[in-house]
Amino acid sequence: MEWFIAKIFAKYNYWIFIILMMIGFYGIVAKDNLIKKIIGLNIFQTAIFLYFISLGAVRGGTAPIVDEEIIRKGYVYANPLPHVLILTAIVVSVATTAVALSLVIRMNQEYGTIEESEIIQKLGEGGMTRTD
Amino acid sequence: MLSFVEHLPVLVVVISLLSAITIFITGWINKKTAWYISTATLLSQFISSIFILHHVMTVGPIRYRLGGWVPPWGIEYVMDALNAYVLVILLFLGLVCVIYSKRNIDHELPDKGVSFYTVYQLLITGLCGITVTGDIFNMYVFIEITSLSAYALIASRGKIALKASFTYLVLGSIGACFFLLGIGFLYSVTGSLNIHDLSLLLPPLYGNRVVLAAFVFFIVGLSIKMALFPLHTWLPDAHAFAPAEISAMLSGIIIEISTYAFIRVAFSVFTARFLQSLPVFDILCWLAAAAIIIGSVLAISQTNLKRMLAYSSVANMGYIVLALGLSISARKAPWGGLNPSMMHILNHALMKGCLFLVAGAFIYKADLWEIRDFRGLGRRMPYTCAAFVIAALSMIGIPPSVGFVSKLYIILASIEAKKFFFVPVLLLSSLLNLIYFWRVIETMYMKRVEGKDSAHTSHELHLQKEEIPLGMLAPIWVLASLCVIMGILWLANIPIPLLNQINSTFGLGGIR
Repeated sequence: MEWFIAKIFAKYNYWIFIILMMIGFYGIVAKDNLIKKIIGLNIFQTAIFLYFISLGAVRGGTAPIVDEEIIRKGYVYANPLPHVLILTAIVVSVATTAVALSLVIRMNQEYGTIEESEIIQKLGEGGMTRTD
Repeated sequence: MLSFVEHLPVLVVVISLLSAITIFITGWINKKTAWYISTATLLSQFISSIFILHHVMTVGPIRYRLGGWVPPWGIEYVMDALNAYVLVILLFLGLVCVIYSKRNIDHELPDKGVSFYTVYQLLITGLCGITVTGDIFNMYVFIEITSLSAYALIASRGKIALKASFTYLVLGSIGACFFLLGIGFLYSVTGSLNIHDLSLLLPPLYGNRVVLAAFVFFIVGLSIKMALFPLHTWLPDAHAFAPAEISAMLSGIIIEISTYAFIRVAFSVFTARFLQSLPVFDILCWLAAAAIIIGSVLAISQTNLKRMLAYSSVANMGYIVLALGLSISARKAPWGGLNPSMMHILNHALMKGCLFLVAGAFIYKADLWEIRDFRGLGRRMPYTCAAFVIAALSMIGIPPSVGFVSKLYIILASIEAKKFFFVPVLLLSSLLNLIYFWRVIETMYMKRVEGKDSAHTSHELHLQKEEIPLGMLAPIWVLASLCVIMGILWLANIPIPLLNQINSTFGLGGIR
């Protein structure tokens, strides 16, 4: 039991990140609908962001604002750097999602469906070697 | 005070980003300016990169602190021999492709010129950024900028390219996420993101499982980006259905820059000593051998020229990774260390750039995609086809072309490393290259035009010369002639001091 608590509960943030990541990965691999694939991709990326955010957390840490009084009282800070990194990574993830969604819109106009298997089927009718 | 040249690493990135915005704004007023701005930017970037290379070779590495922040906290741009060399190759091919695109884009993407050049400049920004940066998180951001522009450019032709681009997007994002996770693991044990700082902090932690896991995530993530064999599935469609100059950039540069990122992570963040303690590079050699054989066999089975070239890129990434895998065991002068992989990065950019641009020329002039339709093309477009033949012979490895030099040095390196299995693999791959390129050359020059007897007039029509415009022919011939010129230069050992400097940066090679 002690082992269980030490491995699972004490490091629950890592377990949540791994589980979320695998849920996202499952969505990407198993779902046929392209929008669901994008949602899976988002969960996958968000899991990694959560990992970074939990890295920066410090038990009892305050917001990292430089202030005379806080320094004097000897408070500890949360590490701000992972948060800043993840702000950048969120922007990247939003951009990826935007490009992916715009591709899906164009595919819907082109093939009239957003199911991957149906798109492959429609491409197959013209032969996969078809040029456009 | 920094000298002017020491400001160039950051300027190369900034100029390109500003030019992307400028193209977009001036495009509202006059659409024709887009190409001129793009070409002028790339030309100035290319000249800057030559100055940087010269400075690095004569004076030493350039370190540029962004915003004046001291390195472990601030972002740093570092130019050493390795990235100066890669930057020159990247901007050269970028320049050649943009010159080629002037006529081709009007044909392939009518009325999309302005957005094409805007995204193209963003792509160049991302590629330059990956190359110059000395901060690993910064590298991740630039990898994503590059990939996002690449997705958009691949999708620009519409139809089947949309599906290809979507597949690339999903796989590429997973690769980038793995890279980010690797960064997170390294950050959690070292608390640093600066590449130089990491290389100092990591050695005491080499046995740590977090560090090993980080390394594995870096390898897998970047292997997706560089289309190493079992993870290559996105590549053929994406490279085949993009516009011609983007295919050339994708095959010639983008996957190579991912390889550069891999080399940077493997040898700068980690070190040769770390790699020697693990069997990773041996596994990479075997994967690369599989990539070479399977890529070539799949290339033979293709009927579409651009798809065939795309599978050939999978095989060529195999060469680069094989050379990389041998780099820590082979040490003798002309082929030791990173030399063969560095050579093949340049050589593949020249050869595959030329071949994809020629494939684009066939599409431009006659809308020909399938190899069986190339009958009589040798007489119809003699100069284009001659360039194709030179680049194809170079791919097969006829001396003194660049392909011959790469293969020769990889074979010598594998003999020195006592990994004799790879010698027959390389010889077999030359044979397979011969099969699939000869098929194209044979169709172009030797097969007769259909219906020769019945419809004599149509035959005459087919034999009329219809060359592509000079603006497209000149870039093709520059690349084709460099395939031979560079081959002679490599054999004469003229660029060897540069490669020795790259090796000495990482403590590789060394025995003259």
